[in-house]
Amino acid sequence: MTVETTEIKPLSIDDIRASIESGTSRATAIAESYFEQIQSRDPQIHSYLSVNRERAFERAARIDDLAAKGEPLPVLAGVPVGIKDVLTIEGLQATAGSRILEGYRAPYTATSVQKLEAAGAITLGKLNCDEFAMGSSNENSAYGAVHNPHALDRVPGGSSGGSAAAVAGGMAVATLGTDTGGSIRQPASFCGVVGILPTYGRVSRYGLIAFASSLDRVGPFTANVKDAATVLGVIAGHDPMDATSSPLPVPDYTADLDKGVSGLRLGVPAEYFAEGLDAEVRAAIERSIDQLRAAGAIIKPISLPHTRYAVPTYYLIATAEASANLARFDGVRYGFRAKDANTLSAMYRKSRDLGFGAEVKRRIMLGTYALSAGYYDAYYKKAQQVRRLLTDDFLKAFAEVDAILTPTAPTPAFKLGEKSDDPLSMYLADIYTVTASLAGICGLSVPCGQSAEGLPIGLQVLGKHFDEAMILRVAQAVERLN
Amino acid sequence: MSESGTVSVEDVRRVAELASLELTAEVESRMLRDLNAILGYVSQLNELDTSAVPPMAQVSEVIGDAQTPTVLRADEVVPCLDRSVVMSGAPETDGVFFKVPKVIER
Repeated sequence: MTVETTEIKPLSIDDIRASIESGTSRATAIAESYFEQIQSRDPQIHSYLSVNRERAFERAARIDDLAAKGEPLPVLAGVPVGIKDVLTIEGLQATAGSRILEGYRAPYTATSVQKLEAAGAITLGKLNCDEFAMGSSNENSAYGAVHNPHALDRVPGGSSGGSAAAVAGGMAVATLGTDTGGSIRQPASFCGVVGILPTYGRVSRYGLIAFASSLDRVGPFTANVKDAATVLGVIAGHDPMDATSSPLPVPDYTADLDKGVSGLRLGVPAEYFAEGLDAEVRAAIERSIDQLRAAGAIIKPISLPHTRYAVPTYYLIATAEASANLARFDGVRYGFRAKDANTLSAMYRKSRDLGFGAEVKRRIMLGTYALSAGYYDAYYKKAQQVRRLLTDDFLKAFAEVDAILTPTAPTPAFKLGEKSDDPLSMYLADIYTVTASLAGICGLSVPCGQSAEGLPIGLQVLGKHFDEAMILRVAQAVERLN
Repeated sequence: MSESGTVSVEDVRRVAELASLELTAEVESRMLRDLNAILGYVSQLNELDTSAVPPMAQVSEVIGDAQTPTVLRADEVVPCLDRSVVMSGAPETDGVFFKVPKVIER
């Protein structure tokens, strides 16, 4: 069931801006061609939950006006983008993939989206995702699963499955996703696109419907590394509306892209190549590492000894934070309210019972249990202690290496329905990504090969806190060598 | 942390009540099975002696001071969302208050 990825070579951000600037194309015409692609392709993929033609054309026309007047164009002028439906845009729906927010329209715009649009990007619509970003396959969306553009019977990964599939399917040049335990990197790997997990604090979380606040991050998906660097540069930066946002200045992430890897020390942690790693994924990653070595990188075997404890640690911390964050969905202030409830407490329970899907309930239950009297120290506090051990592993490793190379996911995209009845096996799809989430470091997934069946395979590059420029430079080399 | 996942159906009901979730009998039995499986799996954290490890709640605890966010913004009065905008998202409102079913049950 493998199908051709994209009929046309995807446009890059530089192509788009240059074509509008030179008058060979117009932002409105480019937007129209992407809406046409959505109309013809998305019935099979289901990456968009809503499109907003009028709003997009109004903004594209403004870019065309600027170009007609010969005025300088902003960096993302006319670039068609899609936004994961957990990020808010004033006046537009924000479902978070959940029934409980059906019909809700956001009263304000997320900072990351506001920055994209201020740089000239044209938002085409809101993208499908696992409910409240909880999932690794996009099968937990209350509005239906997303299909992988490379093989329609396979998942696109999750939770930002729509964001990855839209780029892979040529239905956006760039998209925003969110990553709490791997939700940008894993779908990027499954869909053969680039996805960045910025350092915690690098991109504002204002306007992101919270899942696990100490882990949640916003980041871009694009078809190539340079575009990812450009979009990251636009959305990064301090935001007074997010108290965890970093005051560090934002460098030009495209400046060092072509410096190559000669002399860079790249760590390869043994723990990420143990049991459970698919043979084809291993072969693709090892080939990529050999290419980097041939290009002058110093490949160093390293150890991140607590890696095997990352998934249990992650699922305790993420669910504990989620159980608190999702308490706000109670049928009072926004979204869905169950009709037939005579008392306040019955209304809360019925609204949440009908509004939340199975995985969200499972995580709320696990998190509530882990935080409840008598269990807090044994579960939540224990997980926070192991979180520090996992983070210390990385801090020690980064004293010796400039970046770390691992597989992004243990397998290529799996089949729809394959893991949906077994939460534990689904959680293990995140085994290589949750570590960076817990440590707060940056990471990305860059395509590095394909399986025999033509399914994409992603290489994960992990970097020090706020060293996005380094992982982008390594990723650029991987992209060139692949 | 209990060595084996030993959540009882009473635990499931108690936690559901804490979480304001109403679980049908079918969902309740699945939840029991899943929570036991997941808690059994996470119990491997007990292999680690963490008695001397301070808990890590936030990433800012491990990054340098220069990179750490200034926690509080200046205390200045700025406009907030208009009441009518906020109220327009509510299932039931009189324009000033959110309306809910009766609170006192007995």
